[in-house]
Amino acid sequence: MINLDNPAVVMEVRNLSKRFPVGGVLGKQQVHALNDVSFTIKEGEVVALVGESGSGKSTTARLIARLMEPTSGQIFFKGQDILKAEPRGASLSYRNKVQMIFQDPFSSLNPVHTIGHHIARPLLLHHKVKWRKDREARINELLAKVGLNPPAEVARKFPYQLSGGQRQRIAIARALAVDPEIILADEPISMLDVSIRIGVLNLMAQLKKDYGIGYLYITHDIASARYIGDKTMVMYAGHTVEGAESSELMEHPAHPYTQLLLSAVPNPHTLQQPTRMEARGEIPSLIDMPPGCPFAARCPHVKPICREVMPSVTNLSSDHWVRCHLFGSDNSAAQPAA
Amino acid sequence: MSSSSVAPSPLRSSARPSNEPLLSVQDLCVEYRTPRGPVRAVDHVSFSIAHGEVFGLAGESGSGKSTIAHAIMRILHPPAVITGGHVNFSGADVLDMEDEELSRFRWHDVSMVFQSAMNALNPVMTIGDQICDVIQRHLKLSKSEAMDRAAHLLDLVGIERSRLKSFPHQLSGGMRQRAVIAIALSLNPPLMIMDEPTTALDVVVQKEILQQISDLKNKMGFSILFITHDMSLMVEFSDRIGIMYAGEIVETAASHEVFNNPQHPYTRGLMSSFPSLIGPKVKLTGIPGSPPDMGNPPSGCRFHPRCDKVFGVCPQQRTVLREVAPSHRAACHLYDTIGLTPRTERGTV
Amino acid sequence: MLQEHANDPAALVLSEETPKPTSKPASAFAARFGWLIAILRNPKALIGSLIVVLFVLMAAFAPVIAKHDPNKFVGRPHQPPSAKYWFGTTGQGKDVFAQTVWGARTSLMVGFGTGLLVTVIGIAMGMTAGYFGGLVDDILSLITNVVLIIPGTPLLAIMAAFLSPGKLTIILVLSVIGWAWPARVMRSQTLTLRTKDFVASSIVSGEGHFNIIFREILPNMTSMIVSGMFGSIIYAIGAETGLSFLGLTNISDVTWGSNLYWAQNNAGLLVGAWWTIVPSGICVALIAFALAMINYAMDEITNPRLRAEKELSNVFKQRSTLATPVIRSAK
Repeated sequence: MINLDNPAVVMEVRNLSKRFPVGGVLGKQQVHALNDVSFTIKEGEVVALVGESGSGKSTTARLIARLMEPTSGQIFFKGQDILKAEPRGASLSYRNKVQMIFQDPFSSLNPVHTIGHHIARPLLLHHKVKWRKDREARINELLAKVGLNPPAEVARKFPYQLSGGQRQRIAIARALAVDPEIILADEPISMLDVSIRIGVLNLMAQLKKDYGIGYLYITHDIASARYIGDKTMVMYAGHTVEGAESSELMEHPAHPYTQLLLSAVPNPHTLQQPTRMEARGEIPSLIDMPPGCPFAARCPHVKPICREVMPSVTNLSSDHWVRCHLFGSDNSAAQPAA
Repeated sequence: MSSSSVAPSPLRSSARPSNEPLLSVQDLCVEYRTPRGPVRAVDHVSFSIAHGEVFGLAGESGSGKSTIAHAIMRILHPPAVITGGHVNFSGADVLDMEDEELSRFRWHDVSMVFQSAMNALNPVMTIGDQICDVIQRHLKLSKSEAMDRAAHLLDLVGIERSRLKSFPHQLSGGMRQRAVIAIALSLNPPLMIMDEPTTALDVVVQKEILQQISDLKNKMGFSILFITHDMSLMVEFSDRIGIMYAGEIVETAASHEVFNNPQHPYTRGLMSSFPSLIGPKVKLTGIPGSPPDMGNPPSGCRFHPRCDKVFGVCPQQRTVLREVAPSHRAACHLYDTIGLTPRTERGTV
Repeated sequence: MLQEHANDPAALVLSEETPKPTSKPASAFAARFGWLIAILRNPKALIGSLIVVLFVLMAAFAPVIAKHDPNKFVGRPHQPPSAKYWFGTTGQGKDVFAQTVWGARTSLMVGFGTGLLVTVIGIAMGMTAGYFGGLVDDILSLITNVVLIIPGTPLLAIMAAFLSPGKLTIILVLSVIGWAWPARVMRSQTLTLRTKDFVASSIVSGEGHFNIIFREILPNMTSMIVSGMFGSIIYAIGAETGLSFLGLTNISDVTWGSNLYWAQNNAGLLVGAWWTIVPSGICVALIAFALAMINYAMDEITNPRLRAEKELSNVFKQRSTLATPVIRSAK
C-alpha cells in the first residue's frame, strides 16, 4: 500500500516557534513555549516526541493541529505551505487529513453524547457517507476495527459507561473516521492502566500498517517511544535537542539531557542497584529565557559558550543529530536529518 | 532534632522486637455503600510490613490500593465503611481506636504523603507555618522551637531554609512534594504511607525525590507503604511487593522475585507490559479486557475473564493466597495442589 | 496549555476507584422519566414542585376558582375573613380571596416570562463572550459589568415610571436589568468548558463555531441554566411585587404586589385588617420558597456525593465524622 522503500514526506515543520504574552495588563513578559522546532513525518512513520513538563511537546502538536497559530515558522503538508495557503484557520480538507487524539480519556469525549454520535459527526462533516444506513454501518465498522465489540451496543452507550482504555479506542476510531494521513497523539496512554497501554499502542501500530498513517507520538515515557516510534526526538524547555532512530537514541544518547533522562527512567530490566543519578536543578522558567542552551544551568559538561549561543544542529550520522556544543564546530547550514 | 516534651505515644515501643511486624493488616474489608447497593472495594486483604521495610502495593484502577491506605489511617469519606478485619500496629488495633487514640496514632505513628502536593498544602500559609502547625498541634513546643525543627526538616529533604517563608505557589512541583514529605516526617513516625507521591512529577524530579526518601529511610529507619500504579517504579523502589486486583491481593513476594518470577497470570501480564529501553524489540501483549466493575465483580476468581490460563474451577471458586515458593504467595487455582496451609481464607462464591 | 502535565495521571486511578454505574436502567420508562422519579423521591423537590404546581393551577383556573372579577365591589370594606368571604374584603370592598387568586396570574406570568427572557439573553451574551474570548469578550463583559453596577431598583423605578404601564413593560424593564448576572455565570461556565478536550476534539474534527457552542457546550450546562432560571424567576416575582407595591406598574392590573399597594394605600395595617396583606405576602414568599427548594434538590439529585453523605449521616448520627466508621458485619 505505501511505498516502504522510499516513503514520501507528508508533514514538515520548519523553525516553528510560539510565544505567549503573560504578566500585567500590557503583557510585557513572554513565555517561550517553543523555539525553532523542525522535523518531518513520512508516510507510515511514527515520530516520537519525548520530553518533560514545559518541553513544548504538547504545544507542538496543537500548533500542527492548528488549534493555535505559531508566532513564527512554517508548516508544510505534502509540500504545500499551509500557513500561507490558509492564513485564517484550517480548512476542512486540512482537518480531514490531520487528526488528533488527546491525553485525558475522561474529558476528550462529550459526556452528553452517545459514542455513535461522536463518530457520526466527523463522518457527516466530511461527507464520508451519504445515507444513514451506510453511516451506521461505517460506525460499526470503525468500532470493530479498534477492538470494541459488539459495535452496535457500544455505539449506543455514553462515555461514562466505558473505561479509560475503551474511551481512547473511541478517540482513535473518531480520528480514523475521516481517513487521515497524520494522527497527532498527545500522550494517548499516559492516563491509562499499565496493562491496557500496550493494547492501545499495538492498535496504533496496526493502523499504521493497514492505512499508512503517519503519527506524531508525544510522550514523557521514553520506553514507549522506543516501542512504537521509528524515530525519536527529545525536547527540553521548548527546544529540540536530539533526534535519532529510536533504538540508536536509547543506546547511544549524545546530548547530556538525553543521558540524564535515560538514567532517571525507572528500569526494572536493569535489575541490580538502580543507577544513582547526579542531577542538579530543575527545568528553567520559560519566561523571557536567556540566550544560549536551555540546559546550560544543569549540564555537567557546560562550557562558557553554552550560556551565550544556542547550539545548532550537528549530524552525528545520517539519521542521528544533536544540538550541543560538545559536538563539532557549529554547522549552521545543517538541517535536522530527515 | 529538638526533643519533644510530651510523653511518646504508648503505641510506639522503644525496644523494637525485630521479628514482630510493624504493621499487620488482616482480612481487611471495606465497602462503599452506594445507592445501588454495597460495593466491596477491599476484600479480605492481609499483608504485613516489617521495620525499616519498603512494602509496595501495586495495582490498577479499581484494585483498592488507595482505599487500603486511607482505611489504615481511617480517613475514608462516606459512603465508605470498614466492614471487617484488623489493622494491628505495634499491638493495638487501629479499627478499635476511639477518636483521641486515633489522633495520637495519626502523624505520630503513621503519617501519609498524598498524591499531588498541590492538594495537600494550604495555599495561603507559608511552608514554615504549615510544618509548625503540625508540630505544635501534637507536641508542646514554642513557635521558635517548632520553627527550628521545621528548618531541620527542610534540611533533611533538601530544601533551602530560606524557603520557610515561601508560599506553596512559589515553589516548584518537586519542592512542594518535598515539603509535604517534610511535614510527614515532622514527628518521626515509624511508618510512612505514600500514595502516588511522585505521579504528578517529571521523571527526573521523581528519581531525585525517591533517592532522597531512600536515603532518609536508611538514616532514620522508618518503614514505607508505597502505593502506585507505576509498576516499574515500584519494582525499583520496594523491598517487597503486593499485587492487587479487584480488591484482593493476588501475589506477594520480594520485588525482584515478582518481576523475574511472577506466578499469578495477572502479575505475569503486568510485568510483560513494560517496553524495554535496551535489548531486542519484542511485541508485547499486555492484558486483554478491562478491570472489572466492582459493583458486580466476576464470580469465582476475579481475574478469570481476562486470564489466558483459565480452566474449569476458575469461574466457580474464589482463590486463596498460598505459598508457592519461599516467601512468595500467589492466589491462583493453578497452585491449588500445593499443599501448604492457606494463610487467608475467603468465603466461597 | 503550556503545562505538559496538565492532568494528574493518578486522577484516573482515583476516579475509577469509586464505582460507576455501568448498566442501563431496567425499563424504557425509567430511562425516559428517570428525572421525574428522582424528583418524586426527593422530599425537597417534591414539596417544592407541588407548591409550584398548585400555584400554576390556581393561576390557570382563576376564573373557575374565584368566579367574579376581582375588582368588583362585593361588600362592606375591611370585613374580616368569614364563611362568605374567605379572606375578607379589602379597604375598597373587594374580595381578597379573588384578588389573591387572580393576582397569581400576572405575578406568575411576569415572573416566568422574565425568567425565560433573561435566561435566553444571558445565554446569548455570556456564551458568546466566553467562547470567543479576546475583543468580543472584552466588549461584552464591559457591557455586562456596567449593567451589573447600575443600581437596579432606582433604574427600574425610573423606567417603569416613564414607560406606559402594562405587563409587557414590566417584563421588559426587569429583563433589561436582570440579564447581567446570568450572563456572567454563563460566561464563566463556558470559559471552563471551552478548555475541555472534547471541544478541542470537535474543532479538530472540523466542527463550526455555532455547532460547538450549541451542540457541544450548551448541553453540558443545562443544570446550571435551569438553576439560573429558577433564580431569575424568583428575582422577577420579587421585583414585580416590589414595583407594584410602589405603584409603578399598571395599578388596575391585579397582582400580588398591587394588592399590597392598595392595602397600604387604604391603611390596612392601621385599622388592623391583616387579611388584606397576609395572603398576597404569603403567596410571594411561598412560591419563592418552593422554587428555591427545587433548586437545592436539583443540586442534590445531580451530585451523587452529596446524596451519599446525606444517606450515611442519617445512619451514623451519633458517631463522629473524624474517622471512617467500622461496622463489622456478621459475614
